[in-house]
Amino acid sequence: MTNTSSAPTAPAPSGPVPVAVSRRWSRLALGLVLLTATLGLLGVSLQPSVRVNLVLAALMAMSVYLPLRAGQLSLASPGFYAIGGYVAAVMSTRYVVLDGDTGYWKLRALGRTWVSTSELYDLKFVLLEMAIAGVLAVVFGVIVGWLALRLQGIYLALATIAFVECLRYATLDHEIFGTATGIINIPQPFDTQIEYLWIAVPLMVLAALFLYRLERSRVGRALLAIQEDELAASATGIRPTNYKVLAFTMGAVLAAITGVVASHFLNTWNARQGTFDSATVMLACVVIGGSRTFIGPVVGGFLLTAIPELLRGLSDAVKGTPALSSAIKDGRPFVYGLLMVIVCIYFPRGLVSPKLLERFVPRRLRVVHTAATGAGGPAAPATFEDATQ
Amino acid sequence: MSSAVLQAQEATRRFGGLIAVNRVSFDVNNGEIFGLIGPNGAGKTTLFNLFTGMQQLSAGTLRHDGDDITNLKPYTIAERGMARTFQNIRLFGGLSALENVKTATHLHTKSGVLSGVLGLGRSRREELDVERSAMGLLELVGLSDRALEEARNLPYGDQRRLEIARALAIEPRVLLLDEPAAGMNPQEKVALSGFIRDLRDRFDLTIMLIEHNVPLVMGLCDRIAVLNFGELISLGAPIEVQNDPAVVKAYLGTA
Repeated sequence: MTNTSSAPTAPAPSGPVPVAVSRRWSRLALGLVLLTATLGLLGVSLQPSVRVNLVLAALMAMSVYLPLRAGQLSLASPGFYAIGGYVAAVMSTRYVVLDGDTGYWKLRALGRTWVSTSELYDLKFVLLEMAIAGVLAVVFGVIVGWLALRLQGIYLALATIAFVECLRYATLDHEIFGTATGIINIPQPFDTQIEYLWIAVPLMVLAALFLYRLERSRVGRALLAIQEDELAASATGIRPTNYKVLAFTMGAVLAAITGVVASHFLNTWNARQGTFDSATVMLACVVIGGSRTFIGPVVGGFLLTAIPELLRGLSDAVKGTPALSSAIKDGRPFVYGLLMVIVCIYFPRGLVSPKLLERFVPRRLRVVHTAATGAGGPAAPATFEDATQ
Repeated sequence: MSSAVLQAQEATRRFGGLIAVNRVSFDVNNGEIFGLIGPNGAGKTTLFNLFTGMQQLSAGTLRHDGDDITNLKPYTIAERGMARTFQNIRLFGGLSALENVKTATHLHTKSGVLSGVLGLGRSRREELDVERSAMGLLELVGLSDRALEEARNLPYGDQRRLEIARALAIEPRVLLLDEPAAGMNPQEKVALSGFIRDLRDRFDLTIMLIEHNVPLVMGLCDRIAVLNFGELISLGAPIEVQNDPAVVKAYLGTA
């Protein structure tokens, strides 16, 4: 109202400035409820081993989701998954040894001996494997990322596929990786397969929490900005290459850690784990589940793992009518493909989109009155809107 | 000491056989509102892109505060305190208006991956400060009540204003505005004029702007450079430029 004149105006007296704080935990809570519900629903009807697979698939989908969030279509996750798997397989079959006298596992390293607390392979060894796999993933991630991330879109995808293939061939030839046979009899930290949920679920929750928080932090915003418009992001001072490599490496670490769990869980590891085929499934999980919120890859991972199993269950359930039963059984890939097409047509942004979540938990501005107007914020400035009156 | 904040020295950019910017030289003085006008295809936006590191010079030199900034990366330009808006709006469409502005505080914040994820202590305070200053900037451009709307859903004029808010979040010393009045009605254009002047005074800025609307430029700018087919054909105060026969010829086609 006061500023149509060209004369500069003094800042208006500054009172308490309303500060916007967007919703904090409600979306996360909603997400976790959704996850638990999906997991529970799927879980009851599934074999124990499949239940663990659900969670592993969700973890891998999140590892694909991470670079995607910085706009990078990378299919390198299976490669890092394989690295993690081999770290666990080699460590647990070569370096951690079963003491024949006591029946306990022990590891001699750094001039000390670590011994398991029971006759089961100890979780502390698994954690150590995770740490080593994570470090390796950082090293490989930075190198591969730095080399590959100068490529864009489909070319980046191709380069990362090449990386996965290189790794596969490298492992095939080496004795330490068990050559083509792979490494068998990987020791078990649990008595039953279902107990693997004790590591897989906390890992998934941690990863989900991490993603949730990341996207609301400075680094996360930089990633999203690069995804939205790389040039505009760099014009705001964000260095795209650094952040792309960061996102790529974080995805790599997640994949490698998941590989460690998978290695023990599967009890055997070979070059058929973590191939290009699995990369397409992981990507499908993200696309189907939704690539704009961390809940998407989790839901996608659950669904795409569960659907074939559920169909198998359905086929068993109608055993009475053999024709129908075998039709369902034989038609599984068909139904699977059909579902994916349907989702792509009717949910182009994936099943779970930020918009969908918004419906349940609308975003709100919370007004917080603070005494200080400071921190670079202009104090009660003459606004553009004033000027238009 | 020279008071030139920006300098173009024989700046040249060729696209194949086309010379988009041809040996253009001028200085932009500290605190000035400097207009860049010319017919379509005169090379105005190309010159902006050269200054902000988004295109490479074929020849010549660009300076900021006397330092050679020729062909620096866009983020290095931003680090030097130069911010810009885009002719064809380039907001982070899927992010909210507030997030757009918060993102641009990148250079003035420190949180890393872990501190950001854990959100403890300093990082938490930083986040609050960022939110506060971003909200202040949205208020400045009159968008505080649309803070949570996705940028791509905002009306055209609001998107332009959001771009200005985002540019200001860099805390620039130099602001480059590429057709800020595009798509605005005459009344809004008048208001924009006052707003830009106010920005210059409040934030102590040097502003270079591209604009097609001649009355707006004439009323607002301290000095104007006129480009035609990549060449600088006139430079001076609005009144001088307006009466320059070369300018009249470029715009009307006859001398």
